[in-house]
Amino acid sequence: MTVAEEKSQIKEEKSWEPKILAFLCNWCSYAGADLAGISRLQYPPNIRVVRVPCSGRVNPFYLIKALQAGWDGVLVSGCHPGDCHYLSGNLVARRRFAILKDIVEFMGISPGRLNFSWVSAAEGEKFSKVVKEVVEKVKKLGPIRKMVKE
Amino acid sequence: MEKLEKIMQDTAKHFLQEQKVDLIIGYKQGTIPLRTTPCFVTKPEDISQLVWNVCCDHDLTNFLLQPEYKDKKVGIIVKGCDARALVVCMAEGQIERKMVTIIGMPCPGMIDRKRIESELEPKEILVAEITEDQIHLKGKDFEQTLQKDDYIQASCKSCRYNNPPVCDVLIGGQPIELSFNDDLDEKLAELEAKSPDERWTYFTTLLSDCIRCYACRNACPLCYCKECFVDQTQPQWVGKTTNISDIMFYHMIRAFHVAGRCVECGACTRACPMNIDLRLITRKLQNIVKDRYGFEAGLDPNVPPPMGTHTMEDPQEFITEPE
Repeated sequence: MTVAEEKSQIKEEKSWEPKILAFLCNWCSYAGADLAGISRLQYPPNIRVVRVPCSGRVNPFYLIKALQAGWDGVLVSGCHPGDCHYLSGNLVARRRFAILKDIVEFMGISPGRLNFSWVSAAEGEKFSKVVKEVVEKVKKLGPIRKMVKE
Repeated sequence: MEKLEKIMQDTAKHFLQEQKVDLIIGYKQGTIPLRTTPCFVTKPEDISQLVWNVCCDHDLTNFLLQPEYKDKKVGIIVKGCDARALVVCMAEGQIERKMVTIIGMPCPGMIDRKRIESELEPKEILVAEITEDQIHLKGKDFEQTLQKDDYIQASCKSCRYNNPPVCDVLIGGQPIELSFNDDLDEKLAELEAKSPDERWTYFTTLLSDCIRCYACRNACPLCYCKECFVDQTQPQWVGKTTNISDIMFYHMIRAFHVAGRCVECGACTRACPMNIDLRLITRKLQNIVKDRYGFEAGLDPNVPPPMGTHTMEDPQEFITEPE
């Protein structure tokens, strides 16, 4: 058994919970997450939030580096198309993520590790649903083994 | 091909004499057999140096990105793939269309020198003569004739644009049709049908030979960034080791950086000292961009590159939408 396998087994034994890195845009999704909190809506505690000025600010490096560092999943969330604070940041991001996701999944990372969504500042409930869905998806995939740098 | 070589020389000479161009960038015979080397001709009397044969596999467009050629009127000899790379550089504002005279060559496919040499090992080729469909090789104590079509480069066999889609003059005036048997699309479909785990195994096995020499990046006509992400140290995004995780990171991001720009010239595969075949990745990139945005790189200098533009209606089936 390799070190990686051993480690992951220990991980699984101790009722494993996924860790998900969430990049939320300052103007919509971050406020949406805030609203979810203010409205006392429950969602799984598996996400760790990084606030970014815009979903277009998220460099593909961040996402792959997160997987490499052992995060089980990544979520990027921004304003709905047409509502970007910087007019077209999320449209740029949409093309970027589409291509990145296709490449990364073609090279063998399971679909479900990289997630993208649009959540506005008024959609606290949607935010909690998105997080629930993403956490469920990643839970099914189990702890990340590919890409992790040992 | 000799006929085309003559026409090419005459055309290039004509451009120099008319002072339509300051210099011609083309190919001349290399110092070892089966090799050509880039050649810069500024005087009409030196034009006979220029050659055109099945060993002209370098992409010369890289030179046009160098600062010393930026404000010169250059005539450049291009094959189909080179012309497309040139067009991408033009669409990205790196090269001005009016400064370049594109001399297009219909490409019959280049030969794979590395394969010939490795098959003849340890015999050394001293003289090579190339005719219409044969290669005659001579060395110490041996003489051999090979069929040219058996030794065409893999990337040329899967070529889809061997004639320059954009050029000022097409030498010979007649595009060439290629008819090689190629199974790249079938291989890709086979790989796509596999599970993510199997694909991961495939790519980690394929790329585990990678020594991170970045020859693929250096040879790429479109990797012209002054500072590449792999050379950045503050912050350093990609580890410099040959750990498989770092290797995959590098290849994923490099693929991402050339998405919508890659013209499948095969320079990366050709340059690889470890003989890693990256063609499945480059073909997949073409398909991704074509399926999503209906775009093919390098066909029109006036169409903006897909990653530099966007529309409200872009497909977004990958966005998580809870019920």
